[in-house]
Amino acid sequence: MKTAHQIAIDVQSGAGSAESELERTLGVIAARNEELNVFLHVDEDGARSAAASIDARVAKGENVGPLAGVPIAIKDNMCQRGIPTTCSSRILEGWRPPYSATVIDRLLAAGAVPVGKTNLDEFAMGSSTETSAFGATRNPLDPTRVPGGSSGGSAAAVAADMTSIAVGSDTGGSIRQPAALCGLVGMKPSYGLVSRYGLIAFASSLDQIGPFAKNVMDAAILLEAIAGHDPMDSTSLPEPPPSLVAHVNDGVAGKRIALVRELVDGADPDVVASVERAVEALKDAGATIVELSIPEFRLGLSAYYLIAPAEASSNLARYDGVRYGLRVDADDVAAMNEATRTAGFGAEVKRRIMLGTYALSAGYYDAYYGQALKVRTQMIEAFKRAYLDVDLLIGATTPSVAFEFGSKTSDPMAMYLSDVFTIPTNLAGDAAVSVPFGSGEADLPVGVQLLGPGRSEAQLFAAARVLEIAEGRS
Amino acid sequence: MTSPLRREDVAHVAKLARLSLSDAELDQFTLQLGQILEHANDMSSLDLEGVIPTAHPFGLINVVRDDVVRPSLDRDEVLAMAPDAEDGRFAVPRIMGEAP
Amino acid sequence: MTLPGEWEMVVGLEVHTELKTATKMFCGCANQFGSEPNTNICPVCLGLPGSLPVLNERAVELAMAIGVALHCRIASSTFHRKNYFYPDMPKDFQITQYDLPINSGGYLDLPDGSHVSIERAHLEEDTGKSTHLGGTGRIHGADRSLVDYNRSGVPLVEIVSAPDIRSSAHARAYAAELRGILIATGASDGRMEEGSMRIDANVSVRKPNAPFGTRCEIKNLNSLRSLHRAIDYEALRQIDVIEDGGTIRQETRHWDEIFGETSTMRTKEEAEDYRYFREPDLVDLDPNQAWQDRVRNGLPPMPAERRQKLTARLSEPSQAQLEAVEVVIDLGLENFVNAAIDAGVEPALAVARAANELAAGIEMTPNLAPEAFSATVLMEQGGALSATQSKTVLGELLASGGDPKSIAKAKGFEQLSSDSLGSTVAELIEQNPDEWARYREGDEKLAQFFIGQVMKLTKGQANGKAVIAELQARR
Repeated sequence: MKTAHQIAIDVQSGAGSAESELERTLGVIAARNEELNVFLHVDEDGARSAAASIDARVAKGENVGPLAGVPIAIKDNMCQRGIPTTCSSRILEGWRPPYSATVIDRLLAAGAVPVGKTNLDEFAMGSSTETSAFGATRNPLDPTRVPGGSSGGSAAAVAADMTSIAVGSDTGGSIRQPAALCGLVGMKPSYGLVSRYGLIAFASSLDQIGPFAKNVMDAAILLEAIAGHDPMDSTSLPEPPPSLVAHVNDGVAGKRIALVRELVDGADPDVVASVERAVEALKDAGATIVELSIPEFRLGLSAYYLIAPAEASSNLARYDGVRYGLRVDADDVAAMNEATRTAGFGAEVKRRIMLGTYALSAGYYDAYYGQALKVRTQMIEAFKRAYLDVDLLIGATTPSVAFEFGSKTSDPMAMYLSDVFTIPTNLAGDAAVSVPFGSGEADLPVGVQLLGPGRSEAQLFAAARVLEIAEGRS
Repeated sequence: MTSPLRREDVAHVAKLARLSLSDAELDQFTLQLGQILEHANDMSSLDLEGVIPTAHPFGLINVVRDDVVRPSLDRDEVLAMAPDAEDGRFAVPRIMGEAP
Repeated sequence: MTLPGEWEMVVGLEVHTELKTATKMFCGCANQFGSEPNTNICPVCLGLPGSLPVLNERAVELAMAIGVALHCRIASSTFHRKNYFYPDMPKDFQITQYDLPINSGGYLDLPDGSHVSIERAHLEEDTGKSTHLGGTGRIHGADRSLVDYNRSGVPLVEIVSAPDIRSSAHARAYAAELRGILIATGASDGRMEEGSMRIDANVSVRKPNAPFGTRCEIKNLNSLRSLHRAIDYEALRQIDVIEDGGTIRQETRHWDEIFGETSTMRTKEEAEDYRYFREPDLVDLDPNQAWQDRVRNGLPPMPAERRQKLTARLSEPSQAQLEAVEVVIDLGLENFVNAAIDAGVEPALAVARAANELAAGIEMTPNLAPEAFSATVLMEQGGALSATQSKTVLGELLASGGDPKSIAKAKGFEQLSSDSLGSTVAELIEQNPDEWARYREGDEKLAQFFIGQVMKLTKGQANGKAVIAELQARR
């Protein structure tokens, strides 16, 4: 399987073609999608015409872009004009957005070929892809296990060699956790680095789009292509996109990296062992390692499971049966809203809407939502204090390797706990990357997480690259 | 924030959120939401008096756009995605009360 | 209207004004009244999944202009979501300002010298519009509704007064003065009939110096007349309830323009739980001093100052003239009046022609140059045109512009030169010696006889005043 980097070089040089790359991708999808349930929609016609146009442009001598002819999988919570966009929910089934997300426009401008929309937990609420209304996605590394979530489909697309890269979104770990469980590089960029315009909101102050890839270089190329200021998103960082690819091989010599106790406590021994080996590898590459405890991290889960549902309860109010998507008829408009929402949302989405509505409601706001916002402040300050002393943090991405289907679905709290290591980064708006390092139970991959302050993507990729090399994946 | 979640609280919240829950779902949600809120009680032990709440990760201010007209969507395309439309508008069943 | 007994009413007004921007509050769709339904809509104002709001700079500046004009403090502010389900609100929440509004703590001085405090003037977005089908076409009894989102996301400023208003006339005067200010700042066109200015009134009653009574909020008053009537009705209703031994429930009431009464919409217990929280898709608004100063320095004079200036040009103005000044200020016609006065027109005549003829054709005033107005009224004053002819010429100028002299000529208002008028008058004196004698002896009624004769001979082309001047010259 070629890397995205290699595909783009081949397509641009004429050694390969966008059309042949696409046909290979469509072939794998045809062979494996039924088993794995990765793509909810494959846009064969659109992708073929995009690939043909790229080949034509190459033939005319045009420079097509850094992702020339690279097939890419899109998480199905990003709007693509005319292409069914469901968020894996019955409530949006059949809806075709009349506009495209900024990230789609940027991908097309970089020469990428979007091939289809991938499965996710309904409205990105979940950690296993099991809450999708259209069935769970299977982990290509072990089809009896989950690929993680919520961007499980995008992770599985890359893990199954359907595409070399994919985009996902990360609200509490939804890129990093499936990346870890599927043996991929996955980054949650700094809040505001990638435009959210056209990303269907789960929790607006936490959501961020980011890349999946088999290796660091591809992830860096992809992120560089989609990052940068967008006037359509008021929370978009004002500066031009950072230079990432150029710094992938910067290494970690002279960097100070802290192993955070709260980011390994409670993890399976195999996972802890991988993190400890990663620490050694970084040390060997010239980094100074310190140990640190950041007790505020323990409160992240509580704050997150109030803030995210509160925002979600408001973001998901618009699915009311009036303008688009599902409508279940009833006598009056309020009854129609209720019937539509009751039929259209799955149990996990309802649970979070209920939780968020409660946390914001009169009499409870201060105790729950208000308190959570203050904890968020403390989390941010704790990170800032840590970064006064060190450049990056390290820990596990998830407490365990990929788990089996159904093992956590009956107990929401158990499922939520699988996000415990990834949530602090989202609350702070910072960046973090999960990189595969070592393996655990059933020889499944373990993800090591590197965390940095806002706008530290280049440093994070460089550190992740050191681990990649240490694992012999160059 | 230690008061236990009651079934009628859950029913009230469902009404606010325009969701209808069966008796079994009410019971289940009361239990599950109660557990999550109980977990959240670990925050109640903290003295956060005077801490400024954070609603945004970064402190950007004054993000504005110029007052320049941009093309609107095509009405037919928009109404085609509506569950019901009539006379160039979105059609809904009767509205029972005035807007608040 | 005076209230019975010793009752006093206490009124606070919430005035919603649509801002006169080119585009909506958070997207680039046209902010335009009267477009075909659902033609000014995009992913943002339609609340499509994935869309995000971006604040209109002009809306912020107009809100600040309102704040400056109302002597408010302009401060760092935030946006919140007000959550409730309603079909004309595409996101099922409204973006508004909550605990930190852009403008707070101002006041408005009325022409009668009274002072009304302004608590806040904050930014928010408007909703779409529903049409009710079946039944009587009103919301109650309809069997379905149709929604148009053209108005969804139009920028609004809500101006909340303190409960400083003490009568329906006072409320009306406040609303009228505020409307003048909104128009003067350029923030609004003040067209209540198009819904670009809508008023909610909080009304309670009390005995003098007693604490405030329980208030009721009357929603959506769409004219100054409705405001006046609804407040009077509501105050009397509350007095009746209290005098019958009842108590007032805090509630929201609906004004029915046809039946002339208010009725319960929602009691306090039924009030929505709006679950306000910070709008995470927008950042803080913190206008720095330079930005505020730019807005402040760009503001034209407000109505009170303009009214004072124009009134000063009239010597001992009558009540009717003061009212005419009011119309001129309201409609922003001072440039015409001032140009005419500067050109030598008597101030009272200039004000009268502007307050009547120009006001009647206000939407056509762009066709009329102030010089043309001055020239026409000057011709009238000099006797070259009769009052009727002057009005006709002004009507023509408003309709299609042009040169007053050419219009007068084309209309056949051929100016009678004083020579030809003089010879006509001389001829008539010769033909009517008895009438002339009586006139010379002081019977002024005979002047009308001669004017009538002149008019007959000249087919109405002559000017009455000029005829009298000719007669007097020969007396």
